[in-house]
Amino acid sequence: MARALINVPAKAKRGDVIEIKTLISHPMEPGYRPDSSGVVMPRDIINLFVCSYNGEEIFRADLFAAVAANPFIAFSTVATESGKLEFKWTGDNGFSAVETATITVE
Amino acid sequence: MNGWRRLFSSPITIIALLGAVLITAFAVAAEIPLSERKSGYDFMGRETRAMQDDDTTNPGMLWVLDGEALWSRKAGTADKSCADCHGDATTSMKGVAARYPAFSPARGRPINLEQRINICRTDQQKATPLAFESKDLLALAAYVGRQSHGMPVEIAADERTKPFLDAGRDMFTQRQGQLNLSCAQCHDDNWGGKLAGAPIPQGHATGYPLYRLEWQSLGSLQRRLRNCLFGMRAETYALGAPEYVDLELYLAWRARGMPVETPAVRP
Repeated sequence: MARALINVPAKAKRGDVIEIKTLISHPMEPGYRPDSSGVVMPRDIINLFVCSYNGEEIFRADLFAAVAANPFIAFSTVATESGKLEFKWTGDNGFSAVETATITVE
Repeated sequence: MNGWRRLFSSPITIIALLGAVLITAFAVAAEIPLSERKSGYDFMGRETRAMQDDDTTNPGMLWVLDGEALWSRKAGTADKSCADCHGDATTSMKGVAARYPAFSPARGRPINLEQRINICRTDQQKATPLAFESKDLLALAAYVGRQSHGMPVEIAADERTKPFLDAGRDMFTQRQGQLNLSCAQCHDDNWGGKLAGAPIPQGHATGYPLYRLEWQSLGSLQRRLRNCLFGMRAETYALGAPEYVDLELYLAWRARGMPVETPAVRP
């Protein structure tokens, strides 16, 4: 399983705009580069990132070959209720990673 | 006319000319006074500094987490993990990386942290040594290095290390390569200036292994030194070569007292 780092504020006031930061380890091999023996390395990238907040999708991003290794994705949302944020990355070769974070909204 | 245009459009020509300008304009190398030393961190932009400071945005932490897992994984025919001998790294490894490169009586010369890890692997775990720049070796070095975060760099500069420290200093001040440049000409004499638009730092290696955005990966100090030598059109050495370790030793002495930043982020 790929390593991921998630930064979600543990607490927020209802209606606050909160920033969410995610970082995941992935080579993001674009599929154009030759290896040391001259053979082109096949593409191996994450192509979709989805964040849902208590089951509802709040953010989605398509990723392409030009995205650097270890993609860092930051976005913001409105803290509406306490609960669970789920982060899911999917990609080539059956790559899939899921992380969760909890938030308390007062 | 076309010939001139071709000449000036070649990056090699431009670097060579730049080198020639550097050499004629600045002649004498002098060590930076201790009070004027700055980490590479101070030369970075606001965003890159913020990336390093926050453990959830610093990509180097991905390797630190890998290293933490490797620390307690059994390996080799001895079926031992690092933790079996050293216990909890957060206490046993505190300050260790700040003292490296350190003199190894068995090898009769200073060794760097990666070499120390590999000696543990071959002698204690009875496992094959990890390749330099391999993900696992970088991860373990980053995890051990992290335990010294914020502590002052303090190598043992004594009778045993002196000849190697001197050799490292000689390499730092020796002009070499087709551009006939020394490390000192950039990092002692012209720090704060620009080289091809990028700031020239003082070259204090306090954050290794570190995440370079250009590499899109963590990398060791020796990888960085190889980059510099290559840029000077000088001879590069095999990773783990004694020449690099001597230079690492001198750089650590030069950065004595500065805080360890492992894992740092650099552009």
